[in-house]
Amino acid sequence: MLGNALLLAFRELRRNVMRSLLTMLGIIIGVAAVIVVVTLGSGATRQVGQQVASLGSNLLMISVGKRMGPGQTSGAEAFKIADAEALARDVDGLAAIAPVASGSTTAIYANENWSTNVSGSTEDFFTVSNQPVAEGRMFTTNEARRGASVCVIGPTVATKLFGLQNPLNKRIRLQKLSCEVIGLLKAKGQSTMGTDQDDLVVIPLRTYQRRIAGNQDVNLIKVSMQDNVNTDQVKQAIEGIMRTRRHLANTEENNFNVMDMKEIAAMLSSTTQTMTGMLSAVGAVSLLVGGIGIMNIMLVSVTERTREIGIRLAIGALENEVLLQFLVEAVVLSSFGGFIGIVLALGTALALSGVLQVPFVFQGGIVIIAFLFSASVGVIFGYFPARKAARLDPIEALRHE
Amino acid sequence: MTSKSVMADNVLPPLLELHGVTKTYGMGDARMHALAGINLKLNPGEFVAVMGPSGSGKSTCMNILGCLDAPSSGEYLFQGVNVGGLTRNQRALLRRHYLGFVFQGFNLLNRTTALENVELPLIYRGLDTASRHRLAKAALDAVGLSSRETHTPGELSGGQQQRVAIARAIVTEPSLLLADEPTGNLDSKRSIEIMELLTSINRDQGITVVMVTHETEMADYANRIITFKDGLIESDQKHGN
Ligand SMILES: Nc1ncnc2c1ncn2[C@@H]1O[C@H](COP(=O)(O)OP(=O)(O)OP(=O)(O)O)[C@@H](O)[C@H]1O
Ligand SMILES: [Mg+2]
Repeated sequence: MLGNALLLAFRELRRNVMRSLLTMLGIIIGVAAVIVVVTLGSGATRQVGQQVASLGSNLLMISVGKRMGPGQTSGAEAFKIADAEALARDVDGLAAIAPVASGSTTAIYANENWSTNVSGSTEDFFTVSNQPVAEGRMFTTNEARRGASVCVIGPTVATKLFGLQNPLNKRIRLQKLSCEVIGLLKAKGQSTMGTDQDDLVVIPLRTYQRRIAGNQDVNLIKVSMQDNVNTDQVKQAIEGIMRTRRHLANTEENNFNVMDMKEIAAMLSSTTQTMTGMLSAVGAVSLLVGGIGIMNIMLVSVTERTREIGIRLAIGALENEVLLQFLVEAVVLSSFGGFIGIVLALGTALALSGVLQVPFVFQGGIVIIAFLFSASVGVIFGYFPARKAARLDPIEALRHE
Repeated sequence: MTSKSVMADNVLPPLLELHGVTKTYGMGDARMHALAGINLKLNPGEFVAVMGPSGSGKSTCMNILGCLDAPSSGEYLFQGVNVGGLTRNQRALLRRHYLGFVFQGFNLLNRTTALENVELPLIYRGLDTASRHRLAKAALDAVGLSSRETHTPGELSGGQQQRVAIARAIVTEPSLLLADEPTGNLDSKRSIEIMELLTSINRDQGITVVMVTHETEMADYANRIITFKDGLIESDQKHGN
């Protein structure tokens, strides 16, 4: 009986290619939309998560001015190297501390030039930024102390200036400073804020101050804390010391800002999760719309096919045989459509994740849910109207227009 | 002669009997009797022509005989079995194994080749592919359509569609072949061919044939002519060839 049903079902499907394709299209779109959205959404969430992790454990940024982003000042007096040294000495629980002075500069090599961010800092910079040197080496304590003309460059700068050449031991020019490339930073990609973290040149702080900035200023102190220390206590300790060092009276507000990067990152990641949630809702709606499409086509086709059902009944088909045929047709269409939808969705998600630069995260759960949903819509709406028709007297079904 | 026919009746039980069968359509004022009380007995091997004006209830009666429709009242016995007491599935099996039906409106599956249309009842009978093909081809051959096996109803003339419908009805070699105006769309040459086909399956295979027709020349092939009028049997005559 199943063999007959399969034979009859496949004959009908082949005969009605257009109808079959339309039904499948509803399923394909429904399944594909929701899978693409959820896959990309979770890719974005994963990316934020990775970026949070790559920020390093417990990073604090101490910047000049009030509640402003890193590198921005509001007229308040800049830090000095001594401030960083005082913090290193007097605050418990710090893992590394990197005073940073930075600015935008054009880096030149041969005929190539590239406008980038140059940061002067200490060896701790690489630890605190969680961006180690991938090739070559970082500058030594000695080089840092005497302000040697050496630099470590990010992958973006390397590509822009050197193309495919090996940048190590070449000399690049930063304004008046000619410095030797001694190291290449590990690629880190975009930051949570969307800036390219590989587009920078790191040189010793003293070199920066003397040869580029021409002053003793430090704009930013990056601090990484040891594991298992209380962030708020460390923050308070830093604020206490800095207030004293900057001679602030009790009534005065801080003219510097201690930012907890982890907090910001967590906020961003929850934003991404909200976005994913919303996109999933959009996906669910498209799945629903796809489902309604399937339902319509199924209903229309069964109405159309009531006469066919009548003919089959008239020449001796049992109600169950007719139903089994319709069920097989619906199952074949739904699962085939679902399968195409899944393949299409994964392909699209893969391509889009490349374009949007988010990782491709395969979400098996949503694939199964989307498939089961549209398959059951297809089967239910293929089956029940057919059952209604198959219960008619043959003559009534035959009279149906 | 009378004694002989009584003898025959005793030897062969009737193929089917209708007792006071009525069919009413509509309710209240719109109520009308398509069949107003039909009594009929058919013996195996008969070739019956059903005649009568349009709207006299011929098709309605055929549908009831074909177990496609249920009477509003009265009793239908097929080979002694009360059809009214059968389940839907039992009636379907009755159609599948004993009945062949040629509809007034052909009722072929659209977009389906002639061969596949003729094969359909055999699929439900559970025949294997090879026998299905053989029998379906033979049936199409018998109605003179062997060259049109792969044509769909849309690609066939009305007469050709009618012949496919006939092939589908005879392919199962039913006990009873019900044909509602099988020559309605055919020219006289084709009509005569079809009548000869029906005569031969009636004579050679012993299939009982009930055929609705408006044409007396076609009715001449039958050995019994029943005339309907206003939902009643007006006359029922043996017809000698
Ligand atoms: N489904 C229906 N609903 C209401 N009335 C019907 C229905 N089917 C048939 N009738 C009526 O029953 C009567 C008998 O119809 P039937 O089809 O049996 O006539 P017929 O003898 O086959 O006519 P024809 O020679 O034109 O085919 C007609 O008056 C018709 O209008
Ligand atoms: Mg009629």
